Amino acid sequence: MIDGFIALYIFMLAAFTGYEVIARVPVILHTPLMSGSNFVHGIVLVGAMVAMGRGHGTLEITIAFVGVVLAAGNAVGGYAVTERMLEMFKSSKPAPKAKH
Amino acid sequence: MPIEAVTIVQASYFVAAGLFIFGLKRMSSPVTARGGIVWAGVGMVVATLITFLTPGMENYGLMTVAIAIGGIIAWVTGRRVAMTDMPQMIALYNGMGGGAAGAIAAVELFSGEAHGAAQLTLGVLGGVIGAVSFSGSLIAFGKLQGLIKRSIRFPGFNYLNLVILAATLVVGAILVVHGSGGLQGHVTLLFVLALVLGIAMTLPIGGADMPVVISLYNALTGLAVAFEGFVLDNAAMIIAGTVVGSAGTLLTQLMAKAMNRSLANVLFSGFGESAVAGTSDGPGGTMKSIDAADVAVMLGFSEKVIVVPGYGMAVAQAQHKVWELCQALIARGVAVKFAIHPVAGRMPGHMNVLLAEAGVPYDLIYDEGEINAEFETADVALVIGANDVVNPSARTDKSSPIYGMPILNADKAKNVIVIKRGQGAGFSGIENALFYLDNTRMLYGDGQAKAAELVQAIKAL
Repeated sequence: MIDGFIALYIFMLAAFTGYEVIARVPVILHTPLMSGSNFVHGIVLVGAMVAMGRGHGTLEITIAFVGVVLAAGNAVGGYAVTERMLEMFKSSKPAPKAKH
Repeated sequence: MPIEAVTIVQASYFVAAGLFIFGLKRMSSPVTARGGIVWAGVGMVVATLITFLTPGMENYGLMTVAIAIGGIIAWVTGRRVAMTDMPQMIALYNGMGGGAAGAIAAVELFSGEAHGAAQLTLGVLGGVIGAVSFSGSLIAFGKLQGLIKRSIRFPGFNYLNLVILAATLVVGAILVVHGSGGLQGHVTLLFVLALVLGIAMTLPIGGADMPVVISLYNALTGLAVAFEGFVLDNAAMIIAGTVVGSAGTLLTQLMAKAMNRSLANVLFSGFGESAVAGTSDGPGGTMKSIDAADVAVMLGFSEKVIVVPGYGMAVAQAQHKVWELCQALIARGVAVKFAIHPVAGRMPGHMNVLLAEAGVPYDLIYDEGEINAEFETADVALVIGANDVVNPSARTDKSSPIYGMPILNADKAKNVIVIKRGQGAGFSGIENALFYLDNTRMLYGDGQAKAAELVQAIKAL
């Protein structure tokens, strides 16, 4: 169970993490990065699956079904376009060892 | 002792959350970006597969069908979409995520399973934000795709939106106070209002401002996912959603700044369709034309050439020919650099994607802050399909609608060559003082055709 203050702590730390990860991004990566973060919230898929798995009755299952379709679209589509964009970024220098 | 399924599920979410953050971090440098999305993708696959093990779930068959439908459609469209159409595709996939968050909230509220003030509040808020992001993103998609041509706007639309927002919050508050069980009508009304709000908020916003709006909805979807994560007790959703929410908010601010607009301005002023033409008379002097052969000589015997591409180049599909031209120059020993303005494409960074598609290495590409001082040492600034972003009026003419916008100082180069279709003012309708300068020559014609002519002429030198 994630309760009260624990949830708040997670929320705060995750918010700082998101900010720090993006803070020094060059403009050239803004579009792929927006697309990449768009992919990451595709994790809503697991929530939609759980909602569907617990759902009872036609109304709930229908809504959840739509939710799962949309969430899968978010995750898969987000991945497809982000990967396509990033795949094209190449350096003119012969592949330097990525320093990290 | 056997490991419980719940533990495996939680462990997989833990791994996924870690991979998302690691992936995003790697995506923030061009050297490691490709690996970043792959790592994040691995996290997503692990989380999705392990979720099937969650105890007490039913409807596995339908669930698999739903994943297949959404996944296949998105994969095919995502692989096929042209790079120029990328902004609206991102809007579409983002809207789907918002819709999914809304759907989760709807299921929880209809079933009456959400309990307690905190859970109900977050559930309602996440649902409303998700629904707004869903309908708003669809409108943004429609506008960029050219399906919605006009911006619908009337006096007082801001007040109407405020009224809808207030009504949504009132209905939401009733649900939180009374609990959602037995109030199905209210739940329906909540989502209808939220969907209408998303549409009403987005319709008045002009196409030029859409990237900022899409980025904002991206952040909002993240927030909605995080809120629904609290309701479902799902740490992966909370962390991933919150990370995207804050990263997206920052990206939105960076984009708005790059476009010289404030977020409030974008959302509430209903401007951005096209800038109002300046009231001052056109710049003095005349435009002087030049032909391709002379340009080829000028370029071929330069030491340093800075190319300034704009969205017009991408529309003409000229980026491949332009890169061929640059390769011919590089082969002759000319130093070639690309100068990109943050709003050169349809969203910040879009032009980089389009150039990368043509094969231009990213280390030849510089943004405005990095290269502006270098124009003075360049023999030629070659402007292709760019207009407002090289208009020196932004520095000098206070009456110009783009006054104060950071621009590329192409006018400081020794010679300026502008490849342009005709003599008319550009997309925004603002006269460009650059075209009338003494050191500027105009090469009229289609970008792709002219670039091809230049390649031939330079190879013949």
